[in-house]
Amino acid sequence: MSEVMTPLATITALPVQGMLTIRGALADADFINTIQSVTGIEVPAQRAIMTSGDQALAWMSPDELLLLCPLAEAAKTAAGLTTAFADQFAMAVEVSDARAVFDIIGPHAREVLAKLAPVDLAPGMFEPGEMRRTRLAQVAAAFWMTGPDSFRVIAFQSVAQYVEDLLITAARPGTQVGYFTPAP
Amino acid sequence: MSTRLATGGRLIDRTSRLEFSFNGKRFWGHTGDTLASALLANDQMLMGRSFKYHRPRSVVASGAEEPNALVALGTDASMEPNARVTTTELFQGLSARSQNHWPSLDYDIGVLNSYAARLMPAGFYYKTFIHPRPFWKHVFEPFIRQAAGLGPAPKHRDPDTYEHFNAFADLVVIGGGVAGLHAARVAGEAGLRVILMEQTATWGGRSPVDGGLINEQPVQDWILETIQALETLDNVTLRLRCMAAGIYDHGYMLGYERLTDHAPVDGQPRHRLWRVRAGQILSAGGAVERPLSFASNDVPGVMLASALRDYVVNFGVSAGDRTVIVTNNDDAYRTAIALHEAGLSVPAVLDARSEANGDLPNQVRALGIRVEVGKAIAKVKGGKRVQGIGMCLQAGEGAVLEEIECDAVAMSGGWSPIVHFWSHTGGKLTWDAAGAMFRPDPNRPPTGQEGQPNQSVAGAANGEMTLEATLADAHAQTREAIKRAKVKLPKTPAPKAYAPSEAPLAPVWIMPQGANVKLRSKMWLDFQNDVKVSDVQLAAREGYESVEHTKRYTTLGMATDQGKLSNINGLAVLADQLGAEIPQVGTTTFRPPYTPISMGAIAGEARGEIFQPLRRTWMNAWHEANAAYWEPVGHWRRPYCYPRGGETHSDAVSREVLNTRENLGLFDASTLGKLFVKGPDAGKFVDLMYTNMMSTLKIGRCRYGLMCSENGFLSDDGVVARINQDTWLCHTTSGGADRIHGHMEEWLQTEWWDLKVHVANLTEQYAQIAVVGPNARDVLEDLGGMDVSKTALSFMDWADGTLAGIPVRVFRISFSGELSYEIAAPAALGLDLWEKLHEAGKPYSAMAYGTEALHILRAEKGFIMIGDETDGTIIPQDLGLNWAISKKKEDFLGKRAQERSHMTDPKRWKLVGLETVTPADVLTDGAYATAEGQNANGQGAVQGRVTSTYFSPTLQRGIAMGLVLNGPDRMGEVLNFPTTDGRILKAKIVDQVFYDKEGEKQNV
Repeated sequence: MSEVMTPLATITALPVQGMLTIRGALADADFINTIQSVTGIEVPAQRAIMTSGDQALAWMSPDELLLLCPLAEAAKTAAGLTTAFADQFAMAVEVSDARAVFDIIGPHAREVLAKLAPVDLAPGMFEPGEMRRTRLAQVAAAFWMTGPDSFRVIAFQSVAQYVEDLLITAARPGTQVGYFTPAP
Repeated sequence: MSTRLATGGRLIDRTSRLEFSFNGKRFWGHTGDTLASALLANDQMLMGRSFKYHRPRSVVASGAEEPNALVALGTDASMEPNARVTTTELFQGLSARSQNHWPSLDYDIGVLNSYAARLMPAGFYYKTFIHPRPFWKHVFEPFIRQAAGLGPAPKHRDPDTYEHFNAFADLVVIGGGVAGLHAARVAGEAGLRVILMEQTATWGGRSPVDGGLINEQPVQDWILETIQALETLDNVTLRLRCMAAGIYDHGYMLGYERLTDHAPVDGQPRHRLWRVRAGQILSAGGAVERPLSFASNDVPGVMLASALRDYVVNFGVSAGDRTVIVTNNDDAYRTAIALHEAGLSVPAVLDARSEANGDLPNQVRALGIRVEVGKAIAKVKGGKRVQGIGMCLQAGEGAVLEEIECDAVAMSGGWSPIVHFWSHTGGKLTWDAAGAMFRPDPNRPPTGQEGQPNQSVAGAANGEMTLEATLADAHAQTREAIKRAKVKLPKTPAPKAYAPSEAPLAPVWIMPQGANVKLRSKMWLDFQNDVKVSDVQLAAREGYESVEHTKRYTTLGMATDQGKLSNINGLAVLADQLGAEIPQVGTTTFRPPYTPISMGAIAGEARGEIFQPLRRTWMNAWHEANAAYWEPVGHWRRPYCYPRGGETHSDAVSREVLNTRENLGLFDASTLGKLFVKGPDAGKFVDLMYTNMMSTLKIGRCRYGLMCSENGFLSDDGVVARINQDTWLCHTTSGGADRIHGHMEEWLQTEWWDLKVHVANLTEQYAQIAVVGPNARDVLEDLGGMDVSKTALSFMDWADGTLAGIPVRVFRISFSGELSYEIAAPAALGLDLWEKLHEAGKPYSAMAYGTEALHILRAEKGFIMIGDETDGTIIPQDLGLNWAISKKKEDFLGKRAQERSHMTDPKRWKLVGLETVTPADVLTDGAYATAEGQNANGQGAVQGRVTSTYFSPTLQRGIAMGLVLNGPDRMGEVLNFPTTDGRILKAKIVDQVFYDKEGEKQNV
């Protein structure tokens, strides 16, 4: 875990986080029920993330969800889901090691991300509860808010260094944009 | 002389003192000056040389439209060429140099071109440098390149930083003049999210200079009041020094913010590129004044009338003591009034119209200034400075009636609306004959993705040139935009403005009307590129009817100012010469950027370490610590080899190959694509994707497979493992993982959407290590945890288990011909397993090997490599891979294509091995095998080419693979392969498997 603090935000590279890719039709009630009974989390609506204790479930596409859980439980949960999906057209695979996770926390966290992602990050337009798949400069990424001034970012592990360097560059002292104002 | 006046200058702080230098000369100016005003204040009127004739040049304008006064700013690494002095704010220590002259600005040898002007007409370069043909490449082009380009290119790495910023808005307002300010206020008070961009450092545009009353108060007071109101609105963002650079499809637009150009601060980005997604755009960019085309209108001291009064009113700077004003409209009389008020002399106003009885001309007459109607300038006297003018009749041929001494000339040919932003996304223009200008056609606006209008234009940019009309238009256009946004209209009242009324202008394109060719060849249209009235007329006579062709032939409007001043005048001259109406001739296309923006701003953060994403495996740190020499593979960075001590790369590669063959090699194969294909129809799907039969693969077994495009060409290869009843794990090439994942998804989503299959890309979830060589099994047994014996895990088996306590999946596959295991482990444990293998491998002489050793090992065995043996035109049959093409399957991607006549042509070159006759020789990669005679193009005929070539450390000889005409039937024949250094190497056609033909080594 490494951390860089600037007046804009603190960028923290987090340790490996338990993660599962779940595929299946979100319109299918059996699929939804299976997920809810195995994970205990409500399936999120389009572009949403539902958090429950140390787990969270995020919408990724009309046939894909991302489950976040403690690393130690990831393999077991994947196996449990795979068993539960036995008679369904669905899939659960662990992707914990394929991802890098970062926190951006600070008064200008929104600006740091807005320098890199083509996303409307204005207060009121992006708030906790939303999951956004997008890109950071040249690589795929996704993020959601974990508090009023904090974002969690996931990207592919192979480009972890690039993403960390990007975030630190975007948070360099003296580069405040002064664009976002609090939501009305 | 040009000088600083004792009083005036609303933008400068006279108590300040900023030192700066120009061509090494030390000057000073004030905070608030532009470099242009500061140079004029120091009587430095000569600022550059024109492009073609090297004519002396000074400022002609006061803003972004300036074509002449471009300088190199800064020195060494921070040097920036072609900076406009009119948009460069003065700061302490600024250093500028003029451009395009040698040996000095005052004495420029290139000016000889000017005397040869008669010999350098329109299209000169095209006409002159065509013959003899070979001269173009070797003589003319290098010479022209040397002479071309106004400024020098910087030679050092840019020390500044830049960034991008993504913003979203309901309405972006371009231009912070009175129209833009009012529009932002109305839209802001309606609750829209608004961004207002102003390219200069001050609000209000040119209205404070031109005067008038808004809501019965002076313009400047109204501006301040409006800014204060805007600052209270949280939903409005105000950005000064931020130029709208370009408008693109669907409301995407770029703003170019210059953060520290005016006051360099360490650490701050120099420029920020705003990437805005706007619901709507309202452009209120104003208008630019047009020059008049009279003889020697390019002599320093001839300026636009508006610019001249800008310098007086904004900066307290006069261009000269005595200024003659020449105009075809009322607006230029404002300059006479401004100069008079500043205590300067205006010997005469020459008005080309037959009468001038508007408010402004009458006001000027009342000040005692001589006004001459129906008059024109026959020519300007002076070289590096205006010395006087010859007055003539506008209707005549230029006979001088009177010479008037002066040191400056203020000219005004009317105004052209800034229609650029409207045009960027296809908004059409309409010709306004009364105003002699193109203005946006409200019936043909730029449209968004639903076909809805997504841009409006307001104020002078919309052709509304008076203060009242500008504000009324801004009010109305903004309300329309609010309605389109489906938001309630605000109560913001329309401002009431007053300014003197103006009489219509008279279009004047040539001055005087009947000027002879001698005068016309001195009338500059494009000041920077030296295009004159006579050039455009010549082009028309030579048959150039299209304005787009004329532009390129004469270079009119192709300079760095993009023809802001020259465009309308040039096409009016062209229309006149062609006997056509101006709207029929049309205008050239306006394209982004509005004015040039820095390359740094475009690159943003992408420089140095983060220029491009670099993909690294979990073992990256180990590779680095072991002196890996890197090779890029896609975006991956992979070890090519690991040199030890003073080893050369080729020595290292040889050592790694031999050690792998004789002892034990370890290879980081983590980059290999790993696609997890699962679902009730997965078997059917993999049968369609691969040429081989994959559905029959038994659980626990692996099979090498080929993937082709629907055109039959080989696209990727790799080992497929059957995981369970409904799951296949497909390995792809390292560079192909994302592409093949996308390929699978595309077929599943667009063609075979009825197949129940999910694909997950698990490439990065697993580290993969190849353990290769005679000692491979021993080292794994030493690690312990699972049975890797021949009986438990035979060739092409896979099994799950643990090794040294790490959960693994072991594939008994070989890309080297040796006893070989590929071991996948959760990626985060990859380094641990890698280090344990090295530790346990010590007694077995374990060594890491890189990608080059991998290539040689596979080539010695005759295994193909996607990208070496294939290039997008190769089908599996070319490579003798028919055994991997199922004949039982009804269909697979590429099947039908491979049955086409050209694909089954026996003349297609086929893969063979090539053995150099002299063992020490190594064929050149890509070299052709020569044949007798010539091909259809008269080139030497060929009969094959090299696809892979190496010196084999194992066999101690050059080996290669290649595609050869009838190759497999010509075993033993010797072919000639020329090298790049003129030698011819001989190589014998052989079987492509050079080593261990029976495969005994891998099957132990």
